[in-house]
Amino acid sequence: MTAATSISVRDLTLNFGAVSVLKTLNLDVAEGEFIVLLGPSGCGKSTLLNCLAGLLDPSDGQIWIKGQNVTWAEPSERGIGMVFQSYALYPQMTVRGNLSFGLKNAKMPQPEIEKRVARAAEILQIGPLLDRKPAALSGGQRQRVAIGRALVRDVDVFLFDEPLSNLDAKLRSELRVEIKRLHSRLKNTMVYVTHDQIEALTLADRIAVMRGGIIQQLAAPQEIYNRPTNLFVAGFIGSPSMNFLNGATVDGGRAFDFGGLRVDLSGYDGGAVGAREKAILGLRPEHLTITDTAEPGRTIPAIVEIDEPMGADSLVWLKSGDATISVRVPVERRPVHGAPVHLRVDIPKASIFDARTEQRI
Amino acid sequence: MADITSQIPASARTGATAIGSGPRGPKPRRRLSPGNIMLYGTLFVVSVYYLLPLWVMVMTSLKGMPEIRMGNIFAPPVEVTFQPWVKAWSEACTGLNCDGLSRGFWNSVKILIPSVFFSIIIASINGYALVNWRFKGSDVFFTILIFGSFIPYQIMLYPIVILLREMGIYGTLWGLVLVHTIFGMPILTLLFRNYFSSLPEELFKAARVDGAGFWGIYFRIMLPMSLPIFVVAIILQVTGIWNDFLFGVVYTKPELYPMTVQLNNIVNSVQGVKEYNVNMAATLLTGLVPLIVYFASGKLFVRGIAAGAVKG
Amino acid sequence: MAGTPRRMRPLRNIYAKIAAIPMVLTALVVFVGGTLWTVTYSFTNSKLLPKLNFVGLDQYERLWSNSLWLTSIQNLMIFGILSAVLTITMGFLLAVLMDQKIRFEDTFRTIMLYPFALSFVVTGLVWQWLLNPDLGIQEFVRGLGFATFEFDPLSNPDTVLYGLLIAGLWQGTGFVMCIMLAGLRGIDEDIWKAVRVDGIPRWKTYIFVVIPMMRPVFITTLVLVASGIIRLYDLVVAQTSGGPGNASQVPAMYVYRYMFTAQNLGQGFAASTMMLLSVLIVLIPWAYLEFGGKKNG
Repeated sequence: MTAATSISVRDLTLNFGAVSVLKTLNLDVAEGEFIVLLGPSGCGKSTLLNCLAGLLDPSDGQIWIKGQNVTWAEPSERGIGMVFQSYALYPQMTVRGNLSFGLKNAKMPQPEIEKRVARAAEILQIGPLLDRKPAALSGGQRQRVAIGRALVRDVDVFLFDEPLSNLDAKLRSELRVEIKRLHSRLKNTMVYVTHDQIEALTLADRIAVMRGGIIQQLAAPQEIYNRPTNLFVAGFIGSPSMNFLNGATVDGGRAFDFGGLRVDLSGYDGGAVGAREKAILGLRPEHLTITDTAEPGRTIPAIVEIDEPMGADSLVWLKSGDATISVRVPVERRPVHGAPVHLRVDIPKASIFDARTEQRI
Repeated sequence: MADITSQIPASARTGATAIGSGPRGPKPRRRLSPGNIMLYGTLFVVSVYYLLPLWVMVMTSLKGMPEIRMGNIFAPPVEVTFQPWVKAWSEACTGLNCDGLSRGFWNSVKILIPSVFFSIIIASINGYALVNWRFKGSDVFFTILIFGSFIPYQIMLYPIVILLREMGIYGTLWGLVLVHTIFGMPILTLLFRNYFSSLPEELFKAARVDGAGFWGIYFRIMLPMSLPIFVVAIILQVTGIWNDFLFGVVYTKPELYPMTVQLNNIVNSVQGVKEYNVNMAATLLTGLVPLIVYFASGKLFVRGIAAGAVKG
Repeated sequence: MAGTPRRMRPLRNIYAKIAAIPMVLTALVVFVGGTLWTVTYSFTNSKLLPKLNFVGLDQYERLWSNSLWLTSIQNLMIFGILSAVLTITMGFLLAVLMDQKIRFEDTFRTIMLYPFALSFVVTGLVWQWLLNPDLGIQEFVRGLGFATFEFDPLSNPDTVLYGLLIAGLWQGTGFVMCIMLAGLRGIDEDIWKAVRVDGIPRWKTYIFVVIPMMRPVFITTLVLVASGIIRLYDLVVAQTSGGPGNASQVPAMYVYRYMFTAQNLGQGFAASTMMLLSVLIVLIPWAYLEFGGKKNG
């Protein structure tokens, strides 16, 4: 553990009865880092966050925050602030009451409380709302107050539990930017739970993709996007999602063969491929281009089935052999239905997985 | 209150039931269709069946005995008299004394207030602990409590006599208060548990991050959010305890008998001529407290009784 | 494991545990302890005071050869079955009527439910008066010209139970109606749209769609009604005092008599244990149905 480590989770295990929710999980978060815990529901991401907050007792393992072992400390003693999905504002208190409740519990002198509330209100631009009750606020305003409640605590670590999930799409993107701005201004350590990959990709310094109580991959967003460590991460990240072609690597790993169609693997950005009887070629829709001319080894033949225009782009679904492949093309270059075309494969950006271990090669 | 309740989920506000949500049946038919006449006719006849006893009680209590013997039971009084009410309140005789129902009324009040207070405080804390501070075995105790509420009281009557005797409060009002607190606990704990578990759990978590402890969260967060359910609990307990008969007979002495027991002794003690008007005045007087609570509380009463029913 | 020691387990949630003491004591001492105590002493020959002088099943043999007990049980069975069937049927029918988007729903509900707010003693005494043969309903109808009209259930040992039943229904049906109405309102609105699209008549919808969907509500209601019936006491004491003769005695009165006036505790304990047994017969299948399949009920 270096001095710059803010949070350190060691061998954290949590069992609910016979169900193991977190499995000897390890995670180090650097000071000032923005970590996003991403995964489908039930993957343990919220559980991990609740353990960090001290709202759940782990079965085993330790949690260190700022060099202190806080595994058994009360939530309020951990130097954390937390923002919840449902905002969790105290309905009977005004905004000011909500912001100062924690400080009053900590027996902080009144002038200091006022100073901090004023500062938080200034940062979040909720000054005019201070004397209102939560019920009189809009969803976005409520979430600002909820962030403010973490802010006044003047702590090093912020925990966000799906804070934007209850907001509509427009507000969500606005507050997303605001949270990013907040982070660059305050430089706190932030741990942010979400199931929304856009939030994860836009906000995170590093993303921890979780499944089944295990961190599948912990890396920078681009790394996760470009070089997913396994089939699950590859399929979970990216929208529209990655195409998976089932086949085999042949010629000692120099080519990929699926249903008699061949793709040359030279230029693959990964380890030595080798010959495998069962392999999966993962191609993101934007890493394929539609052309009219066949280039042996670089293109595969396909037939256009349907297309889904999505504004600037269009997602075209094609049939190639037995496989269905989606390709993202600019909307003005949509091909004709039923037309036989060729797909050029951008192998340097592709991923190859071992079908048995599901790991990236 | 509006702003408090607006954050509470709808299911919590209307209780487990949806009686407040309005009729859901098929489309209304045209007025005065044959079906409608049948429907309202039936409801009218049913209403008469329900209202007649109340009507008869009131009418009888306002008549003199000669008129009762002459006239019919449903007829309104020719000559209104409040004498039966006065007599029922202050002069009617039980087997033991002749100071009317007033003694029972005040006994009931003295039993009611502390019983309602303690049973609700304890049960609300139980419910809160069961939802937010679960500890090993807490659900087991709750299950025992719920099953206990179905056990016939008769089987626990005598052990409680011994318990109260050992504590030196057998035959006192405080003994009865304790009994009401004990037997009110299952239904009220269930009521509060269901209510608190309908509140967002994140509110509790936020308060813990804010450094509030067990009592801090209970008094500063939960209590202010739960006023409606406290009103439901009060309604439930006031009517329940006021109407109790068995515990009053078993655990108090005759001079401390609650109103229901006193009423029964006045009406059913055979001494000389039966004064039906006095009896009905006494019956009405005894029923008055729960009736007032009932008519004043409206849908909250419904919510109270349904709370126990839906997830019993 | 390195680092600071684990906070000691018993000390976590210490306030919650302290606050739960009344609940724990009630559950363990009164409910479990009291029940076990009574069951244990029902095997003794305790008279005025409880004594641990075991006599096996003597008390039960005496109980089941006591005609008063047999009458009580028989009365409870007849009253119970009729009362359960009628309150639930009538309660459901009334709930269906109330669910027809009627006007004045609140008024009708208030009228049907108010008896439930009253004490059984009040109910018993009112109906005692209404059923008074010389001045009550019978006399009223005779006064209308039907000189031979007979409606005097309380004076006749064969009919006294029906007199109690009328009062019991008056008090309890509104309650069942309210639960049933809540159940009806809990049914998905889309069901009504679906059956309208399918053109299924309303009465058929109730019988073949709504009632099966409300099965849990019916079961819960039955359990509530049944456990109330077994406790039946105040109503009988007030309305008939168990008479005429012993024609309307019920088990709860038997228990009270032997425990507190006849000074034969063992008999009272045995009788109350039998009451417990009858509740368990109702309760255990229900608990099995309700909580059996899933883990956390």
